[in-house]
Amino acid sequence: MEADKHFVVGIFDDEDVLLDGVKKVRSSGIRIHEVYTPFPVHGLDEALGYSRTRLPIAAFLFGLTGTILALLMQFWMLGYDWPMIIGGKNFASLPPFIPVTFELTVLLAALGMVATFLIVSDMKPYKWPRQFDIRSTDDKHVMAIDLAVNAGKSKDEIMRILRESGASEVNEKNFE
Amino acid sequence: MQVVSAIREPLVTGGKTIKDVSHDISRQVEGKPTRLWWMAFGVSLALLTWGGYCCIMMLWHGIGMWGLNKTVGWAWDITNFVWWVGIGHAGTLISAILLLFRQRWRMSINRAAEAMTIFAVICAASFPGFHMGRLWVGFYWALPLPNTFGSLWVNFNSPLLWDVFAISTYFTVSLVFWYMGLIPDFAVIRDRAVVQGNKLRAKIYNALSFGWQGGAKTWQRYESVALILAGLSTPLVLSVHTIVSFDFATSVIPGWHTTIFPPYFVAGAIFSGFAMVLTLLLVTRKVFKLEEYITIYHIELMNIIIIITGSIVGIAYITELFISWYSQVPYEGYAFYNRIQGPYAWAYWSMMTCNVISPQLFWIKKIRTSIVATFVLSIIVNIGMWFERFVIIVTSIHRDYVPSSWTMFYPTMYDIGQYIFTFGIFFTAFFLFAKFFPVINMAEVKSIIKSTSEKTA
Repeated sequence: MEADKHFVVGIFDDEDVLLDGVKKVRSSGIRIHEVYTPFPVHGLDEALGYSRTRLPIAAFLFGLTGTILALLMQFWMLGYDWPMIIGGKNFASLPPFIPVTFELTVLLAALGMVATFLIVSDMKPYKWPRQFDIRSTDDKHVMAIDLAVNAGKSKDEIMRILRESGASEVNEKNFE
Repeated sequence: MQVVSAIREPLVTGGKTIKDVSHDISRQVEGKPTRLWWMAFGVSLALLTWGGYCCIMMLWHGIGMWGLNKTVGWAWDITNFVWWVGIGHAGTLISAILLLFRQRWRMSINRAAEAMTIFAVICAASFPGFHMGRLWVGFYWALPLPNTFGSLWVNFNSPLLWDVFAISTYFTVSLVFWYMGLIPDFAVIRDRAVVQGNKLRAKIYNALSFGWQGGAKTWQRYESVALILAGLSTPLVLSVHTIVSFDFATSVIPGWHTTIFPPYFVAGAIFSGFAMVLTLLLVTRKVFKLEEYITIYHIELMNIIIIITGSIVGIAYITELFISWYSQVPYEGYAFYNRIQGPYAWAYWSMMTCNVISPQLFWIKKIRTSIVATFVLSIIVNIGMWFERFVIIVTSIHRDYVPSSWTMFYPTMYDIGQYIFTFGIFFTAFFLFAKFFPVINMAEVKSIIKSTSEKTA
């Protein structure tokens, strides 16, 4: 059987039943492809065994880039490239450069982090997502299980385990 | 299984289910616009057209069309700029600071408040732009771009330049924050369009949602991004009005040269921002029938913030007066004497009445839970905040050091037209937003339905 084509899809109505269901399904040795929810369910990432996201590190690095670029730009422009006497003050001193440095730090951190998020999540305007169940953005939580990955278990067994774990509905979904 | 707190009022009334949330909010995006919407939109377009005419005339003939003179070189343009920037502070405050404080009542109001923020910042930014007289070369004057004069760079020691960076960063980050929140909700509308068989709408909203799917891993990253954006926006929102106040505070003009300005301006910004959020949301909840999501409890909480920030503003006014006497600087003392007693005393006392006295009425529970009273007072607060900026700017400079230079400022039709123009931008954008975008954050409201929805028998 080809991977990423044939799925069993469990529909859950309630987020607490879903959390419990995820634990039950995983403890029975089934590997879950992904769970799609209409809103963020707290604790779901831990229940699925996902590691923490490294996006905060990306944000920090982008912010640091902003700080360094802003300071270099200001010291180079007013201190080296064209020093100007403005009100008898120093050509280049740190305190008046702080506001612009702060703003550019925030700007680069925010834009860089969001761009990283879109890239790692493979989100783009012209992409149509592969939907396991159209109700997953409305009010249902949808658990998808790839049959090829779980070749050790039969389809009927997986469907039985899903029902026992609290799924209100269990369907098959095949992609071309 | 519903968990209802015994001490907190429900945030969503009417016994809504998660499905109801999708339906109630998406409905106004999917349906045809009502006659009321067309009327409001038409009025906004009319304002935009007339204001646009005044703008073009001003650009063609130069800023001499405005009522500025040699003594009063800053008047309505900067007043309106600061006024709009102030209004643009509530949205990010609601979505960022209240997120960090885990205030769940923000969830039904943050979307519209953030939209308002973005449109208000656009309106604000237009004033310094137009005041440069030649918009098309403004980029070279305001941004450190290589140019044919050397390159002669911008002056990083100037608060006016800090403003450029603060406002543009604030606009960009607020826009990104707002859009991030919209992504899952666009996907809701897309999937409803698929079910309804509307292929075009499904395509448009899919593109807007960047192909959102809502997988657990994506949600995990998404929540992390939202939290960090909130963390970044919190100091940002405080920095913006601080830097705006530096435009005045770092000068040597009596009445402007005041160290109290940064906190005083930030409090005033939140004060006027919440007033504008209330004005708009009271209309929006009525027009789109969202009374069950934006409840009296939400309105009451916003009114409490108005009492707090209004009182801070009042204390700031009194502190300013005290210091002008206590410092014993004759120029400083005269500036404030002139505000209270001079030819602009009517503006000063309008400001005092609207900003200091009127919000104190919200101590009375009956008034702060009354929709009509809240609506009227929210408009009064915004009038008062406009006068605050006018008083600070014009009364401080119209009595120059040499009495022969003393003047008054009289706005021309083009000053008024420029102001009307920004109202046109603001309301046109807001009505388009309210029609085509979900006005309430569905994903967030859905996540609290179980715990704070009103129990139904």
